[in-house]
Amino acid sequence: MRFFQSLGRSGLRLCHMIGSIALFIVLSLRWCLIPPFYGRQIVRQLIDVGYYSLPVVGLTTLFSGMVLALQSYTGFARFSAEDTVATVVVLSVTRELGPVLAGLMVAGRVGASIAAEIGTMRVTDQIDALETLSTRPIQYLVGPRLIAGTICLPILVLIGNIIGVFGGYLVGIYRLGFNSSVYLTKTLEFLEFSDVMLGLLKAAIFGFIIALMGCYHGYHSGRGAEGVGKATTNAVVSASILILIANYTVTALFFG
Amino acid sequence: MTDKKKPNVKIKISNLVKNFGGDYVLNGLSLSLKKSESLCLIGTSGSGKSVALKCLIGLLSPDSGSIKVDEQETIGQSRPQHEAMLKRFGMTFQFGALFDSLPIWENVTFRLRQKEKLNKKEAKEIAGDILNQLGLAHQVLELFPAELSGGMQKRVAIARAIADKPEILLFDEPTSGLDPITSGVINDLILNSVNRLGATTLTISHDMASVRQIADTVAMLHNGRIIWCGPIKDINHTGISEVDQFVNGKPYGPLTTNKREMLQSKQTEISV
Repeated sequence: MRFFQSLGRSGLRLCHMIGSIALFIVLSLRWCLIPPFYGRQIVRQLIDVGYYSLPVVGLTTLFSGMVLALQSYTGFARFSAEDTVATVVVLSVTRELGPVLAGLMVAGRVGASIAAEIGTMRVTDQIDALETLSTRPIQYLVGPRLIAGTICLPILVLIGNIIGVFGGYLVGIYRLGFNSSVYLTKTLEFLEFSDVMLGLLKAAIFGFIIALMGCYHGYHSGRGAEGVGKATTNAVVSASILILIANYTVTALFFG
Repeated sequence: MTDKKKPNVKIKISNLVKNFGGDYVLNGLSLSLKKSESLCLIGTSGSGKSVALKCLIGLLSPDSGSIKVDEQETIGQSRPQHEAMLKRFGMTFQFGALFDSLPIWENVTFRLRQKEKLNKKEAKEIAGDILNQLGLAHQVLELFPAELSGGMQKRVAIARAIADKPEILLFDEPTSGLDPITSGVINDLILNSVNRLGATTLTISHDMASVRQIADTVAMLHNGRIIWCGPIKDINHTGISEVDQFVNGKPYGPLTTNKREMLQSKQTEISV
């Protein structure tokens, strides 16, 4: 009996959370489209989310591209298909690894920071103070972060893709002994515009998810340091899980 | 409408009820403030003073009751009506609630900049003038809240509340956590600002020295309702034991007996 009670309680809690997030999305999108637009806040968030995430995303994709080149060479050498390494690296990085790895890294860095900042504002009454100063907190705090997340992640992924492919190129040339021009030709030969676009579409969705989860959990943060800590953890965990789910969903939709 | 015909009551709160999970924090609170009156709401910790203040400004929705500002009902207002009403209020929070990410000049002129689209130079000038009146030098303009002491943060919070010259000012524990001298300075600043603006003021405070300094009228909140309300000069002769205990800071009396009984019954429940 207790098992069913706790199952029912968890189910209700899940339904409540889904409904609450859905309402939060509707409100946030609504206030994103209605003036006043907080230009300075948007610029600040673009710098925070985009510019400061560049080193993390760059390093992650660089080493992932390098490892991918090594691993695929080891695998493909078993059936004499070593010359496909460049193609495998570029397709894996642009279609899959670039967006997902950048998404997860940014979720850790930016999602946590957004949740902690907004959560601290909640527990120190700064959100209430915004309200008393005739400013809609969701419009002022959430809108700019959602816009910045959705714009920045595709740009980060595009740069990350280039760095990742370059990592594969470095390993291909200096470790595996490929000819430079052959490697570059193979890299570009089978790459299609749609591969890059699919990666960027995923990145935009991931950026939205990261900012949304950071804002949602921060905005509904519990009291005290513990509440903010929980909000931060929940923001990163939920953003990471949703990124993986969204990744499969988008890939399945555009499969082929 | 001429001034003579305008109602003298600025804020009228009637039968306000607010519960949190069945715990009735406000249970029929009624209170009224005249125009330009300075009323201090006193009461023990957890008696619902801050909840009452938050209900008044619309940060919390009461379960029932009525709040009228200039005879206009504020409960159940539409969002635009509520936003228009908020522009008439200025409020300071117990711990300042200054925006960490903004420098002091932006904190002070936050609402003015939204409303009047001031440029940076104009905003800094206005912030400098207001802070000057509150005894802060121009050097603090570019600092961030975390770089200021508690007393300075309180002054900045007051500056932010009065920057837009509101008709109604709400102060939530303006002197909590401050030494007696700084408290006295803050009380003076509140008094001067309120007199200059002619604002109606509702202050929450535990600090009786502060209450005696800034209040025209005092109301005591206990068990979710007002048990005494009258001029500050009568505070020592109310004939109500709860008020007497609070005002004189006696450790034993009806306020603490009830709390002890409640705690004891809760402990009994837990042990059962």
